[in-house]
Amino acid sequence: MTTPVLDVKQLAVQIPVADGILHAVRDVTLTVARGETLCVVGESGCGKSLTSLAVMGLLPSSARRTAAHMRFAGEDLLDMTPRRLRELRGNRMAMIFQEPMTSLNPAWTIGDQLTEPFLRHGKGNRREATDRAVFLLERVGIAAAGRRLVQYPHELSGGLRQRVMIAMALMCGPDLILADEPTTALDVTIQAEILHLLAELQQEFGMGLLLVTHDLGIVARVAHRVAVMYAGEVVESGPTVTVFDEPRHPYTRGLIDCIPIPARSRPGVPLGTIPGLVPSLVGGIEGCAFRERCAFATEPCARPVPVVTGAEDHAWRCILPAAVPSLLENPA
Amino acid sequence: MSDITAPTGPKLRKKRGRILGNSGLIVAATVLGLITLMAIFAPFIAPHDPYAQTLDDRLIPPAFIDAEMADPRYLLGTDNLGRDYLSRLIYGARISLLIGLLTMLVSGVIGTVLGVAAGYFGGRVDTVVSFLITTRLSLPVVMVALAVVAVAGGSLQVVVLVLGLLLWDRFAVVMRSATMQLRNLEYVAAAQSVGCSTPRILVGEILPNLIPALVVVASYEMAQAILLEAALSFLGLGVQPPLPSWGLMVAEAKEVMLFDPWVILLPGLAICVLVLAINMLGDGIRDVTAPEGRS
Amino acid sequence: MSDQQPILELRNVVKRYSVGRGMFAPKRPLMAVGGVSLSVPRGQVLGLVGESGCGKSTLAKMVLGLETPTEGEVLIDGRPIAQLGRLERARLVQPVFQDPYSSLNPRKTIASIVGLPLAVHGEGSAAERETRVAEMLALVGLSPRHAAAYPSQLSGGQRQRVAIARALILKPQLLICDEPTSALDVSVQAQILNLLMDLQSRLGLTSLFISHNLAVVQMLATRVAVMYLGRVVEEGPTAEVMVRAQHPYSRGLLASVLTPDPRLGLPDTRLGSVFPDPLAPPPGCAFHPRCPLVFDRCKVEAPRLRNHQGASRAACHAAERDAAAMIPA
Repeated sequence: MTTPVLDVKQLAVQIPVADGILHAVRDVTLTVARGETLCVVGESGCGKSLTSLAVMGLLPSSARRTAAHMRFAGEDLLDMTPRRLRELRGNRMAMIFQEPMTSLNPAWTIGDQLTEPFLRHGKGNRREATDRAVFLLERVGIAAAGRRLVQYPHELSGGLRQRVMIAMALMCGPDLILADEPTTALDVTIQAEILHLLAELQQEFGMGLLLVTHDLGIVARVAHRVAVMYAGEVVESGPTVTVFDEPRHPYTRGLIDCIPIPARSRPGVPLGTIPGLVPSLVGGIEGCAFRERCAFATEPCARPVPVVTGAEDHAWRCILPAAVPSLLENPA
Repeated sequence: MSDITAPTGPKLRKKRGRILGNSGLIVAATVLGLITLMAIFAPFIAPHDPYAQTLDDRLIPPAFIDAEMADPRYLLGTDNLGRDYLSRLIYGARISLLIGLLTMLVSGVIGTVLGVAAGYFGGRVDTVVSFLITTRLSLPVVMVALAVVAVAGGSLQVVVLVLGLLLWDRFAVVMRSATMQLRNLEYVAAAQSVGCSTPRILVGEILPNLIPALVVVASYEMAQAILLEAALSFLGLGVQPPLPSWGLMVAEAKEVMLFDPWVILLPGLAICVLVLAINMLGDGIRDVTAPEGRS
Repeated sequence: MSDQQPILELRNVVKRYSVGRGMFAPKRPLMAVGGVSLSVPRGQVLGLVGESGCGKSTLAKMVLGLETPTEGEVLIDGRPIAQLGRLERARLVQPVFQDPYSSLNPRKTIASIVGLPLAVHGEGSAAERETRVAEMLALVGLSPRHAAAYPSQLSGGQRQRVAIARALILKPQLLICDEPTSALDVSVQAQILNLLMDLQSRLGLTSLFISHNLAVVQMLATRVAVMYLGRVVEEGPTAEVMVRAQHPYSRGLLASVLTPDPRLGLPDTRLGSVFPDPLAPPPGCAFHPRCPLVFDRCKVEAPRLRNHQGASRAACHAAERDAAAMIPA
């Protein structure tokens, strides 16, 4: 077995807030292999974005990050010097953010922003940088790439800006891309195009892709493996088909059931819902964090729940003995 | 549907915690409270008549300056006309606070009305108000104040009026941009859809959300007005003697400054403390009332 | 049914803005809505679907009276909205907006937010208003305890329930929902959609439901209208549009709904991703630069919305050609 490009074990992020310590990420273990797409999915506040920021070392300064280890291509990011980290960031590991307008610098041309990391990491001279920028802009589907280089971000549409962001992430030929909701700000018809592009490039360049999203539809269509996060924990992870077909955690099942599906959901037939609210993560949680909202909760759920591992790396944090059935009237 | 949390209880406690946790706010409020009480109850607190001159007792230093020369009747000594310095300082607080408050009210009303109107209605109203603001910003405050007071003569009313008509610009600028942001929020559209009249939207939806910004600007402008009054009085163009304005006291003290520096130090210190307290209070209130929760 | 007059009727509604491009450049017209005619009969829900910049939100603002049409007429319950007073209009039509974080005034309690319409319209005594507010809160699934809370103390879903209660307290003839669930998490979206469906069947609401997501719209809508660049390109019964969409844009929108089915790969919408500049819309059919079925006629002549087959209408030359080529059974 080859070394995974990203191997995170027992990652925790704690943020001091007014009334205590917010345990925003608790005991998160993830691996991403080369050429593999791992989707981290969950609702707002579940810690999915903080997880990716923690990997990049871009957490807010007040946050505290701990982990058993956090290896990038075998090298531990935890005890890395800031200098070494800067060498890796934007070079061998790159990030794509949600809002392409705010993550591109409005004062620089597209060309400047594309070539800057290439030159800074000493990948070649200015001429090679420009050639690669043109090549990648064409590769991400931008016509007249040479002319785009001298344009400023505000002259491009949202879809084009996100393509530029992807090209920028690819400039140095990274081993790992972390994409945080890369299509959420885009129109639906453009979203599919961008996801296509990401998946294609990922296969072509053999990169690991860690994609953070709230949309199970995206997960189902692009992920090889999925990690479902709830209240700072990974509650279920495994191969995408297995997790969608036989979810072992009631939260995963709840998420799947509450998505409206054309031609299946009909007027008058209610969607599945998850009752209740996400618990406060200030001060930490004993036992299963989902038990207050869970239809299957029993008394042992109040005690710490161990991670159970099944076939094909399918793992879940629940004591239920079998897959959770859909509670909808007409499941798929 | 059971997505319900119990709200109200911890909220008040949280707010109280935020107030008590802000030590700057507590100190500033205490200092300002004491000065205000002092001003209101001046006739009962002041040990002497602030205007009564005792020519035999001129320039008696306070005990902490010169214990031998000090006189127990005059806690903070006397000025060069033999008036009790403590009593004059206490009465002086009245003048400073009065001018600060009145100026703030006059300029606040002018600036807020102009700024909110410009921000809410936009278009031509905004063009006119922006022109007024630019015009006002091109006038040097101190020069204009000096000129007007020199012509109209210095008095409390004139000083308040001149400063009030000069210091509204910051109110207008801040209120204008804050209102522009608010008017695009969906709750304003919701209020319009519900059938609220424009005045009702301005008073019910916009104004309450402007208060934190208003408090900060108001405190800043009040402090500014107090400083300007002191400056004008120092130059002899503000409040006229024998009124015990702190600025005027500094001016009167400058003749004996070389021999008795404490005479200038005490009113100067008073101005400093008051202005600092007002600014700190404004900042503290802004921090405490800042919108909480998710944004 | 057919002789009943519709609750909402749009007659060739146009909205143009003039957009400045800098201090010295001349202003250019922006056609936000370019001649839309639609009607919603009593008790029905019309779903309005389209992407950002297609004019659906501008249309909603015109129906709410927040914007005035440049041309055409908006009629509610047969009365032109331009002739209605502020209070009269509010009794007929009420909105639920997209962002529950900005649609509630943070300085007011939930009770005073929900009770505001009653206070503005001077309805009932203070005690009666309080009862009505409590009834509305119960109707949308909130507890009476929430009345004294402030918006910042509620979750996104609870806030959207408050917005729905405020919109319904005057018993309006027409409810305008402008992307009411797109700012919410999926599990919360499901709760709000279920609530709207429930209210729909219990109160028989008439509404205009705007969204970019066809899968969400079809939960509630009896009919669907698809908008592209200010114009309606397809309109018809929901089931028909969902199954046999005639306009290639509607089909693309439908294909881009990502259902959580791990066995399906990413869809090929065949639309490309070049969204046209609304300041310089393409000649002929505005959709032709993205259209997989484009032919010569599309580049010169704008298609009109008309019936080609079934009960729906589409503005597409290709659909017209295909319908004509079909041999009648």
